[in-house]
Amino acid sequence: MNKIQEQGIGIQINNIGKSYGERCVLENLSLTIQKGEFVSIVGKSGCGKSTLLRLVAGLEKMNNGTIELNGERLDDLNRYARIMFQDGRLLPWKKTLDNVCLGLPKEKKENAIGALQQVGLKDRIDDFPSMLSGGQRQRVALARALVHNPSLLLLDEPLGALDALTRIEMQNLIESLWKQKKFTAILVTHDVEEAVTISDRVILIEDGKVSLNQPIKLPRPRKRTHPGFSMYVEEILGQIMHKKQRKANFDMLLSPSKEEQLLFNSINN
Amino acid sequence: MKLPNKGVIIPWLIPLVLLISWQFLSWVGAIPERILPAPTQVFVACMELLSTGELVDHVSISLGRALAGFLIGGIIGFLFGLFNGVFRFADLFFDTSIQMLRNIPHLALIPLVILWFGIGETSKIFLVALGVLFPVYINTYHGIKSVDKKLIEMGKAYGLRGKALFFHVILPGAMSSILVGIRFSLGVMWLTLIVAETISAQSGIGYMAMNAREFMQMDVIILSIVIYALFGKLSDVIARYFEEKLLKWNT
Ligand SMILES: Nc1ncnc2c1ncn2[C@@H]1O[C@H](COP(=O)(O)OP(=O)(O)OP(=O)(O)O)[C@@H](O)[C@H]1O
Ligand SMILES: [Mg+2]
Repeated sequence: MNKIQEQGIGIQINNIGKSYGERCVLENLSLTIQKGEFVSIVGKSGCGKSTLLRLVAGLEKMNNGTIELNGERLDDLNRYARIMFQDGRLLPWKKTLDNVCLGLPKEKKENAIGALQQVGLKDRIDDFPSMLSGGQRQRVALARALVHNPSLLLLDEPLGALDALTRIEMQNLIESLWKQKKFTAILVTHDVEEAVTISDRVILIEDGKVSLNQPIKLPRPRKRTHPGFSMYVEEILGQIMHKKQRKANFDMLLSPSKEEQLLFNSINN
Repeated sequence: MKLPNKGVIIPWLIPLVLLISWQFLSWVGAIPERILPAPTQVFVACMELLSTGELVDHVSISLGRALAGFLIGGIIGFLFGLFNGVFRFADLFFDTSIQMLRNIPHLALIPLVILWFGIGETSKIFLVALGVLFPVYINTYHGIKSVDKKLIEMGKAYGLRGKALFFHVILPGAMSSILVGIRFSLGVMWLTLIVAETISAQSGIGYMAMNAREFMQMDVIILSIVIYALFGKLSDVIARYFEEKLLKWNT
């Protein structure tokens, strides 16, 4: 059986570190993801979410640590995975359908059409990406990732440019495909509600590490009106804010304000 | 009646006005025949040369040289650009040398080329090929080097490698730059051919013009120049056609 279509894979991330030159992005990050689990990653812009996803996809080498897929060490391209990039990356010289067909065996063209139908773009099959709106391009990129039936699906802010309604539609699409195909999924998002709606577990990355690992134990399909729902959202948001606030308070205690500084200087002179 | 598209008419207005004023000025005697014969005279000369078959011979010989030189130089330049753009070793091995050669004006080699190959076909084809090679090389090379790295990474992540990666991602990504090189080299092709044929040849349009000079046939000289202009325009039209066909996603 083709590697990519093995059903769900488990991921073991052990103490990985990644830096670009001087800038250390991830440090001693460890994370275990079960077969068939749906994990969301949240965190502030620039905290290394995309970097983590690229490492799992095997597109980049880490400086230290290991990643294991079903116990097998990853040291090249991750052949189980399909990644949807944050910036879409459609080939501008290929029509929508040909973009979705990229790397797909010829006889699976029907599946590509089906995937485009699922994201609501079947009538745009013959258009070039330059003729599509930002959200439409994102949906094409989503279709392109889904059509391979990967055993590991990596989504980097796939729904960022969509309106609330389409967004919910796409969330439902991803969730139902995940239920049906039982792949393992990692979703990067900046929307905590989205993370709570769709995933089994929400991971918060801060300072290069996992600073929160929150299982979401709500029954599916999840309703935003469920009392537990807002509890989870608040807890995660609180964790993000709390740290910030604590840090701000801490900074205030340590560093004198401008006025204090001036006073201090004038006394000393 | 449906008028033709104004995009088709407007570009030809200036040539048309020039032609008419030229004819008019010759007709009233403002331009002496010795300096510049009237368009009608050039047309008559054209008809005469056509009837003897001389014109067709010269034109087809020139076209043959242009095409042969263009294909040889273009293919060599393209292949080098391709290999040096894709393979790091080839890049290190060849690029510096090619860049050095590129800076020699190829027309400066005419004396050498005549000594090497005489004034036969080889020397002209050689010069055209040499002139065409470098613009095609440079633009192919840069086109491939500047393909968006993110798209290449995406292609790899979607399981493309080797030939598939090249044909789906790298070549189309480099195409607009390659076409710029081809368009530019078509200009170089005509320029080189004109110079080479004018200096040393026994056939071809350039030879026809030089030969006419000896007999003071102004009309034939002008005719040669007009033919060059038309062919220059024609090659531009062909280049444009391919640009539109191959880059239609870029609109
Ligand atoms: N190729 C690179 N070279 C140098 N620095 C990089 C590179 N890629 C990422 N970085 C840096 O690594 C840090 C993390 O980047 P990353 O793209 O992972 O952030 P992110 O969490 O995905 O942010 P966002 O939510 O804005 O997408 C940033 O500070 C970024 O500047
Ligand atoms: Mg990112």
